[in-house]
Amino acid sequence: MARNRRTGEMAIISLIWAGAGLVALSLCAIIVYVAVKGAGTISWTFLTEVPRRMGKEGGISSTIVSTVYLTVTAILISAPLGVGAAVHLTEYQQRRTVLTRIIEGSAEALAGIPSIVFGLFGFVFFVIYLKLGWSVLSGGLTLAMMILPTIMRTAQEAIRAVPVEFRENSLALGATRWQTVSRIVLPAALPGIVTGIILSVGRAVGETAAVLLTAGSALGMPLLPSDPARSMSVHLYLLASEGISLERAYGTALLLIVLVITVNYVANLSLRRFSYRLRG
Amino acid sequence: MTTQGGGRPAQVRAAHERLVALLLLATSLVSVLAIALIIVFLFAKGMPLLGKVGVWHFLTSPTWNPTRGEFGIATMLVGSLVVTLGALAWGAPLGLALAIFLAELAPPRVTAGISWAVDLLAGIPSVVYGFFGLVVIVPFIRERLGGPGFSILAGVIILGIMILPTIVNISRDAIRAVPRDYKEGSLALGATHWQTIVRILVPSARSGILAGIVLGMGRAIGETMAVVLVTGNVTRMPDSILSPVRTMTSNVVLEMGYASGDHQLALFATGMVLFVFIVVMNVMVSSAMRTRG
Repeated sequence: MARNRRTGEMAIISLIWAGAGLVALSLCAIIVYVAVKGAGTISWTFLTEVPRRMGKEGGISSTIVSTVYLTVTAILISAPLGVGAAVHLTEYQQRRTVLTRIIEGSAEALAGIPSIVFGLFGFVFFVIYLKLGWSVLSGGLTLAMMILPTIMRTAQEAIRAVPVEFRENSLALGATRWQTVSRIVLPAALPGIVTGIILSVGRAVGETAAVLLTAGSALGMPLLPSDPARSMSVHLYLLASEGISLERAYGTALLLIVLVITVNYVANLSLRRFSYRLRG
Repeated sequence: MTTQGGGRPAQVRAAHERLVALLLLATSLVSVLAIALIIVFLFAKGMPLLGKVGVWHFLTSPTWNPTRGEFGIATMLVGSLVVTLGALAWGAPLGLALAIFLAELAPPRVTAGISWAVDLLAGIPSVVYGFFGLVVIVPFIRERLGGPGFSILAGVIILGIMILPTIVNISRDAIRAVPRDYKEGSLALGATHWQTIVRILVPSARSGILAGIVLGMGRAIGETMAVVLVTGNVTRMPDSILSPVRTMTSNVVLEMGYASGDHQLALFATGMVLFVFIVVMNVMVSSAMRTRG
């Protein structure tokens, strides 16, 4: 009896090990496959030339510029708002009130909305209603709404992790609340806040559906915030779905993966340094 | 006083403090405003068409023919549900198994490796998953199992992988949050480690695990780019898992580029139905979390 039970357990545990192996394997499969197929495409000209004939020929430089442009716009809008909201919630509200519950509930709801719904909203509100057109600005504003909850939540956690003695000492020395927040709390929480922002960069870079509906898919090089822009992920979608150039799609996909892995790595690094700093 | 603010008269300093507090309050209200605007604009664009064709007709008619003014999303409702439930059918058990593995079974170094892999899976853009499905999984299904390859099955495979990180991370945290005493008590009574996991840890963490699964479900039903590239997007009722389907999300991204008039309003109505779905699911999660007590 007891032995039978033992073997049964061993079987299940080996199954779970197999499952873990499967996940590691499928991740490797995706990365290695795209890397092998895409490595040949990536070259200096691929990175620096603008796409020609709808992306069939040439490089992807304008889509790289568009991606950076959109992401930076989104971060510039969202970071101050998200950090401000986090400071308000953690430093200016002593208790959980109806107001804080509404604010946190909204942020949570925002995090759960699918990107295609953000796309629809961004289209009708920014593109049509505010007459911003398909543009870097419309796309950036839509992305800013999407990443706001992440920035808020990570900033809240980072600020809460700052020891309460820091604040008490500052206040005891006669500093006002804002002086304490801006000169003591925020600098101490900065690495954690930055980690949240870097994670949002990853999301903004990979976002496709919302960007397609708000920034458009024009292939030109965007100069002004009012210019339309086609990001790398939108470019990948259009190359793949319309069968324009599989070769260039592989190259674009590989570049996206490399970008996201780099972003994740940097975020982890910054997080580790943050916990080290608070401990030491 | 050496600080800038300290050099000013007390009244100015107090006014300055109040202004800053007000500004911070304003920033925190942005997310409330955002949600309100999304609801207002989505419903303002979606409701008129629902009023015109009727909610019931819109949801149950299988005919989607925008040029003839026929708007029914029944095939897409079925498509979204089938692909989502299929992804959950294998993603949820595997995700739970992985969460147990990470929380209880794996040696620290393996835990770090798998956690890293899971985080990376979460970071890969959905369009890359879709692309991988298009060039690897779709041809594989077409050659080995028959049919066009663009199918429910392809969507189920890709979405199952995509929802793993959500389910794994939330379930793992829930299992780790179970008080140590529970585990020690169970082991002290002579239960094996596995018995402790199945009878004590998982049941104690069930509301967290459920929340993870429902959030994964929300991610699956809202996913667009991965699905649109692999499921074939045909507006016909599927008759097997090898049939192509169109989901609600795909419908919007495929036709938004050229739709106008009633057609465009119908796409907004599709997005509205999706939004309502997600809201209902989120309410389910929060009530499940609350009953944890």
